[in-house]
Amino acid sequence: MSNLSLITKGIIKENPTFVLMLGMCPTLGTTTSAMNGLGMGLATMVVLVLSNMAISSVASFIPAKVRIPCYIVIIAAFVTIVQFVMQAYVPALYETLGLFIPLIVVNCIVLGRAEAFASKNSVIRSAFDGLGIGLGFACSLTVLGFVRELFGGLSVFGHKLADADGMLAFVLAPGAFIVLGYLMVLFNKAKTKIS
Amino acid sequence: MAKESTFSNMVITLFVVCLVASAGVGGIYALTKDLIDAAKIAKVNSAISGVVPDFDNDPSAEKFEVTTDGKTSMVYPAKKDGEIVGYAIEAATSKGFGGAIVLMVGFEPDGTIYNTAVISHTETPGLGDKIDVKKSNFSVQFNGKNPETFHLSVKKDGGDVDAITASTISSRAFCDAVETAYKTFKDIQQK
Repeated sequence: MSNLSLITKGIIKENPTFVLMLGMCPTLGTTTSAMNGLGMGLATMVVLVLSNMAISSVASFIPAKVRIPCYIVIIAAFVTIVQFVMQAYVPALYETLGLFIPLIVVNCIVLGRAEAFASKNSVIRSAFDGLGIGLGFACSLTVLGFVRELFGGLSVFGHKLADADGMLAFVLAPGAFIVLGYLMVLFNKAKTKIS
Repeated sequence: MAKESTFSNMVITLFVVCLVASAGVGGIYALTKDLIDAAKIAKVNSAISGVVPDFDNDPSAEKFEVTTDGKTSMVYPAKKDGEIVGYAIEAATSKGFGGAIVLMVGFEPDGTIYNTAVISHTETPGLGDKIDVKKSNFSVQFNGKNPETFHLSVKKDGGDVDAITASTISSRAFCDAVETAYKTFKDIQQK
């Protein structure tokens, strides 16, 4: 499989949100607006690429019985680094996402890719896999946030479309489940049609 | 593929991984610490300058703590040409619908509320978050009022404050925090 197809695989065939259905907690929690979804997706993508690369380069030195604790320590270190960098350079984004950043550590996608892909593949391929899955995650979160923001607040990326209140439920937790469910149906319908 | 696990190589691997990871985190912390502190101070400063009249001192350098009724609030005095032009008081309440609400309330020397700003809150998006001036003009009604004559509780409770529709708890909490700030202000005045 070429490096390019590793990326498209992450976005479509193995889309972490709509197909693998991993990492639902940050998916539902952070997507109150398109901007928040994009920020969370990109933060996860950075962590995924870094942790995939680090893990694939050290995987052969790690004894099998302690591999999971080692992966978690590596992932947690990268998440903390991303957190510090965000806090320093984009404090406004950190304010809305701050609570969810530490959750990337326990996001199944990151550990899942480490175990399923990075530990068995080369550094370069693991980086592309991380990029693909990360992009897939970021795209799905942005779309989810976009729909919720549009219906819930009548705005697009923070720009008000009309001076009125939207359907509040979409911004709250129930809306997250409803929108996610419909998007999942549409995504999988489109996916089967293509293939 | 992964190596055979023996006691010694497991201990050594975990030790090395933790050492490298903590060194990395420590290094980045040292690099970003100043920027993070600066961002936090900038946030407090911008909240202060929004809630008190024009000043020329550095209120965060002259801040002090005041404890009133068991609640500790941070006070930032704003001065112009050495004279007090107002106090920005950071007051918190735990009575919010979603948890703590932290406000910055600015008073003029005579006790009139100059302006208020929300520092942090976890109220429901679309309902309680209207306490933020960016979302609705709920908090504007406090400006220019003196709590001496302006009763700081919602109309439902016999006060003078128009509550946010469907967010009475958040509105009450907002009043509570302003009240705390006002008590702190009274305390400073008596000293």
